[in-house]
Amino acid sequence: MELYLQSISVLNYFRNKIYKNNYLIMKILICISKTPDTTSKIAFTDNNSKFSTDGVQWIINPYDEWYALVRAIEIKEAYPSTVLHLVNVGGVESEPIIRKALALGGEEAIRVNSDVADSFYVASQIAHIAKEGYYDLIFTGKETIDYNGSSIGGMIAEFLDIPFISHAVKFDISDGNALVVREIEGGEEIDSAPFPLVVSCQKGMAEQRIPNMKGIMGSRTKPLKVVEPIEISPLTSVVSFDLPPAKAGVKLVSADHPEELVRLLNEEAKAI
Amino acid sequence: MSVLIFIDIAEGKIKKASFEAASYGAEIAQQLGTSASAIVLGKSDELSTLGNYGISKVYNLSNESLHHFDAQVFTKLIADANETIGANVFVFSNTTTGKSIAPRLSVRLKAGLVSGAVDLPDTTNGFVVKKSVFSGKAFAHIAINSEIKIIALNPNSISVIKTEGVAEIVDLNLEIPTAKIAVQAVNKIIGDVPLSEADIVVSGGRGLKGPENWGIVTDLAKLLGAATACSRPVSDIHWRPHHEHVGQTGLAIAPNLYIAIGISGAIQHLAGVNRSKTIVVINKDPEAPFFKAADYGIVGDAFEVVPKMIDAIKKLKESV
Repeated sequence: MELYLQSISVLNYFRNKIYKNNYLIMKILICISKTPDTTSKIAFTDNNSKFSTDGVQWIINPYDEWYALVRAIEIKEAYPSTVLHLVNVGGVESEPIIRKALALGGEEAIRVNSDVADSFYVASQIAHIAKEGYYDLIFTGKETIDYNGSSIGGMIAEFLDIPFISHAVKFDISDGNALVVREIEGGEEIDSAPFPLVVSCQKGMAEQRIPNMKGIMGSRTKPLKVVEPIEISPLTSVVSFDLPPAKAGVKLVSADHPEELVRLLNEEAKAI
Repeated sequence: MSVLIFIDIAEGKIKKASFEAASYGAEIAQQLGTSASAIVLGKSDELSTLGNYGISKVYNLSNESLHHFDAQVFTKLIADANETIGANVFVFSNTTTGKSIAPRLSVRLKAGLVSGAVDLPDTTNGFVVKKSVFSGKAFAHIAINSEIKIIALNPNSISVIKTEGVAEIVDLNLEIPTAKIAVQAVNKIIGDVPLSEADIVVSGGRGLKGPENWGIVTDLAKLLGAATACSRPVSDIHWRPHHEHVGQTGLAIAPNLYIAIGISGAIQHLAGVNRSKTIVVINKDPEAPFFKAADYGIVGDAFEVVPKMIDAIKKLKESV
C-alpha cells in the first residue's frame, strides 16, 4: 500500500495517527553505489586518467549495504507496510549489485541509466527520482569507499529542501519523528527531525547480512526499472590520479631496546 | 573575488581543524591575489586570533540559537551572508560539520565541491584540487569547472602557517530560519583526544588478546597526549567502541604519528591510516604485512616492548 499525498503536513498528520495504532506506512529510498571490493588493487590506465577495472570485483558500497539497506530492512520488519525502494545511478553493469540488494530485502529498484559524472550529477538524478516518488526517508551510506566524497546525502537534501543528518549510528522512529544518533568528532549528538529526511549511515546502524536462497531466487523477479537521466551538467571533472609514494622501507629496532625506537621517534622523525 | 573560510566552533572554542582551514584558505587567497575572510556562526571570544592565520575579516553572527547545529540553517546563512561578501572560493574542514554543510552549499550556489582535499589547488591551468580517494590508497586531481568553488580540507593534511595579525570582526545581521532538526543532546567522550584531529594515535589490534589488556595502549596514549584507535576485528567483537575503528570502513586518519600495536595490517586497515606521516608497528609476527607500510618497527611481544617504551618516554620527558 502506498500513500500518494502531495502535502507533507498532511502526510505527517496521517503518519502520527497511523503510528499511534502501532502501524507505520513509510516509503524509504535507499541509494546504492557500485564500488570496487575493499581488497582491489588500485591502479590507473589511460595516462593515469581512469581507474583500472582489470580483475576488479564489484560490490555494493559497504556503507550503503551493511548500514543503510539493512537498517531499512529492519524498519520494514518492524513495520511490514513500509515500502523499500532502491536507486542506483549506473550503467547495465550495476545490475548484479542491484539484484543483490533486492535479494537482501529491497522491493523494487530504479536504475538511472547513466555513467557517474560527479557527485552533483548523481545527487541531481537521485533527487529527481526522490521528488517523483514522494519518499519519507532517504538513506545513503556515509561515503563511498572509492571517491570518499560524503556529498550525495547533503546534496539530495538541499535539492529537496529537507533536513539531512550525516554519520548516523542509530535510527529510530518515535512519535512520528526520526530519532537519530550521529557520530561527531569526540562524541555523539542525538537529534530529532521531522520527515521527510535524508540520513547518511555508518557503522552501528545495523549488522551486515548475507542474502538467503529465498531472497536470491525472489530477487530475479522483483521489478528493476531503468530510467534515462535528466539533463544536467557536472560541476567537476577528474584530471588524473596518482598513487602515494612508496615508503623508503621499515627501520627495525631490536625488541630488547625499545628505548632506541623512542630515541629515533624523538630525534629522527621528530614525532614525539 | 575572495576566499571565505567556514570556522567551526564548539563551546566558544575554535576547532583545531578550523585553524588549518583558515591557514589553507589564506594561502589560496594569496595565490589568487585576493583576501581571505572567515565566517563564524555562533559566539566565540577567540575570533580576532584568526588574524594570526592570515584572515583579514571575520564575519560573525553570534546568536545563541546557533549553538545547536542544523546544516540547513547554516547553509542558508552562509549563502545569504555571501550576497554581500561576494566570495567565490569557500573552504570548509572535511569534518562531520563540513561534510553536512559543504554539499548543501554546493547545490545552493551551483558550486563544484571537492571534499577530502589534501593540498593547495593548482591554479596554473584552471582550478585543480588534489584529494584523497580509495580511502587513502590513491589521490585524484579534480578540476572544479564552476565559477564558485568549494573545498573541504581533510584535517591534518597541511602545515599551518602562522603570521602576526588581528582580524577585524564584522557583525552579520541576518534573519535566522527555524531549525527543523532539534538537537536533544551532545555527549562528549570526556578526556579523550578526538581521533580525527589527533597528532598522535596509538592503536591496538587482535594481537592484544583481550580488552582487559588495553592498559598498555591507553597508558602509552595518555603519556603522548594521543588518541586511541583500534582495528576492525577488535571493534566488531566489541573489545573497543566502534568510533575507535580506523580503516577502510571506519575512520580514515592522517596523524603525525601512528603507533600500531598487535595489528597485522590488512589492506583495509592500511587504507585508513597510510596517510599518517610516521608509522610505527609493534608485532611479534615478522611476516605481518604492516611492516611493509611502516617507517619504524619492532618485532616482539607488545606486552614486553610497550612498557619499556613507556619508561623510555617518561625518561625522555623528564630530561627535557
